[in-house]
Amino acid sequence: MKAEPKNVNTGIYYIDGDVAAGQGALAAGCRFIGGYPITPSTKAAETFAEIAPKAGAVFIQMEDELASIATIIGASYAGVKTMTITSGPGYSLMMETIGFGAMLEAPFVILNVQRGGPSTGSPTKTGQADMMQARWGSHGDYEIIAIAPESPQEMFDYAIKAFNLAEKYRCPVMIMADECVGHMTEKVVIPKADTIELATRKFYKGPKDKYLPFKPDKDLIPPMAKAGDGCNLYITGDTHNEKGYPISSQNLKTKTHKSTTRRLIDKIKLNADKIIELKEEGIEDADIIVVSYGISSRVAVKGIELAREKGIKVGSLRLITVWPFPDKKIAELAKNIKAFVIPEINYGQVVFDVERCAHGEANVVLIPHGGAGVHHPEDISDAIEYADRENKKIEKIIEWKTKLEKLIFEKGFKLKE
Amino acid sequence: MSTLKTIKSNEVAHPMENLLRMDRIPHIWCPGCGIGTAVTAFASALDKSKVDLDKVCVVSGIGCTGRVAGYVKLDSFHTTHGRAIAFATGITLGNPDLKVVVFSGDGDLISIGGNHFIHAARRNVNMLVICVNNFIYAMTGGQVAPTTPLATYATTSPFGCVEPPFNIPYIADSSGAVYVARWTALHVRRLTNSITEALNKPGFSVIEVISPCAMYYSRINKLGDGLDMMKFYHDNSKIKHGEDTKNLDIGFQTPITVGKFVDRERPTYTESYKKWLSDIKKEKTK
Repeated sequence: MKAEPKNVNTGIYYIDGDVAAGQGALAAGCRFIGGYPITPSTKAAETFAEIAPKAGAVFIQMEDELASIATIIGASYAGVKTMTITSGPGYSLMMETIGFGAMLEAPFVILNVQRGGPSTGSPTKTGQADMMQARWGSHGDYEIIAIAPESPQEMFDYAIKAFNLAEKYRCPVMIMADECVGHMTEKVVIPKADTIELATRKFYKGPKDKYLPFKPDKDLIPPMAKAGDGCNLYITGDTHNEKGYPISSQNLKTKTHKSTTRRLIDKIKLNADKIIELKEEGIEDADIIVVSYGISSRVAVKGIELAREKGIKVGSLRLITVWPFPDKKIAELAKNIKAFVIPEINYGQVVFDVERCAHGEANVVLIPHGGAGVHHPEDISDAIEYADRENKKIEKIIEWKTKLEKLIFEKGFKLKE
Repeated sequence: MSTLKTIKSNEVAHPMENLLRMDRIPHIWCPGCGIGTAVTAFASALDKSKVDLDKVCVVSGIGCTGRVAGYVKLDSFHTTHGRAIAFATGITLGNPDLKVVVFSGDGDLISIGGNHFIHAARRNVNMLVICVNNFIYAMTGGQVAPTTPLATYATTSPFGCVEPPFNIPYIADSSGAVYVARWTALHVRRLTNSITEALNKPGFSVIEVISPCAMYYSRINKLGDGLDMMKFYHDNSKIKHGEDTKNLDIGFQTPITVGKFVDRERPTYTESYKKWLSDIKKEKTK
């Protein structure tokens, strides 16, 4: 299906990432956004509020983030494409209901323009420290999809992709942007509507009284009936069977339980190859591979350039889809290289998964950053240089001390006996 | 559109079979509880109001009353604790043709979900809220609630509740609800009429149903069983239609004022949004 022309404001613009994301959501056919203002994501909400009414879509500013996430899941079950927009503190508030959405297999998108944390942190400065929260934030077992755009153009493009994935896999899809990308102004090309490919939700078409809301097709994804279709849906956050009915406690160990809870994970894991999008550059004969995502990828480009000038064979693997994680790819690469270098604006999150998948075959070097800014390219090239000359296998994540960290924590924090 | 089935003499069927998920009965509510009565009144009202049942959605939160969604044979949603009204807002704005009913308890709607309650009333979103008030958190075993009357015992107020309770009709009224009524589980006929009336009214309506909790509230406070509570309602309920909602506080075993207190017209959120949209379009074509 192609995008509808009324939703697509075709043209060449000079706009920031947040504005591009708002435009992308509308182009993707989003009909409903419930949001609550929070820096640095507000411009995305403002944009949608401004452009939505003319296209017949609704923006409602809810009373808080708890309401925002609940209301978009409700609207999703009313049959429309929905999204909410937030940042760290709001994202934390949404966690319980994100798990509820995953359990209900409701398609919806969350744009998280990450800022420095923890707590109020640095509202106007960047961070990438919500990555693990995106993956594990709500209680219980479930899987989500997370995408990390690196430019305003990608905020537009991947907003569309996020909606397509949500509709297809019936799961929460997170656009894990960061303040830099959100507030960065660049050229954005919004193409013509007939060049934008959209995925449509698989709606149920069979007899109403035979409908089982959680009976999956072969692709593990159940067709969806909306409220008002006359299927007498019962949709609950309780562990349920294919009919949607809660399973009594004595039956929790049975096949039914496994087929519902397990399927939430398997529908993403087993489809991971179709979902994952990576960008590789110069990895064929590389000794060192820089694994990066979001704004850190942009900085890494310069770092890699500096290292190459010194004659080091270094490649780049950019995680466009961060979750589900490209386990196979990392494991394959680990066999032929000396080390992975991971710059991220946190004290180590995605690096854990790189280490897990490297299976001890390659060293793993983390370049941490406390937030409120991005890495210095020289720190990245220094870390690459170190990784190249380190010939020993080191059995743990190596934390590279950046220039700034050396300056601040010269003596380091030590526990006193 | 389906309607209530009439029982033939030789047929053993529940009269509300068409509106209840018979495959989920027996329900979990205790003997003497008033939630079942509220559901019966709701089912009768659906039948009386002649609404298209395919277009009715029931949304519940968590708690004893939160289970209602699981027993009514309509599109029904059992959401996270406190978020029923926010979820229902999404349904009603996502598809304005649906008639959304939020059926939940006092703890879910007024405590953890209190913010959504006042804001949905302020916006005048199209929905009917049926709030079953049993003065206590019953599903978790009888803890104090924001509706527990002063000096009343609960498991987490073992020396008597020290906080004054919320007056639900007053909150609803002052936040902008267009229809506000209160009945007890004893007033089945009047409750049914109220629900029927509210189902056909656009905007945010609130009906509070005072319900006995024989298992916790009355046991902890030594008030007898469900029947004793009903007797108390019988002897102490005063019907005062149009009473100022300020005067509707409930104390421990004090008389309960019931009736229809508010019935007014205000533009709903959907109406206002549509009007605003058409204004924008007019401007665009100028």
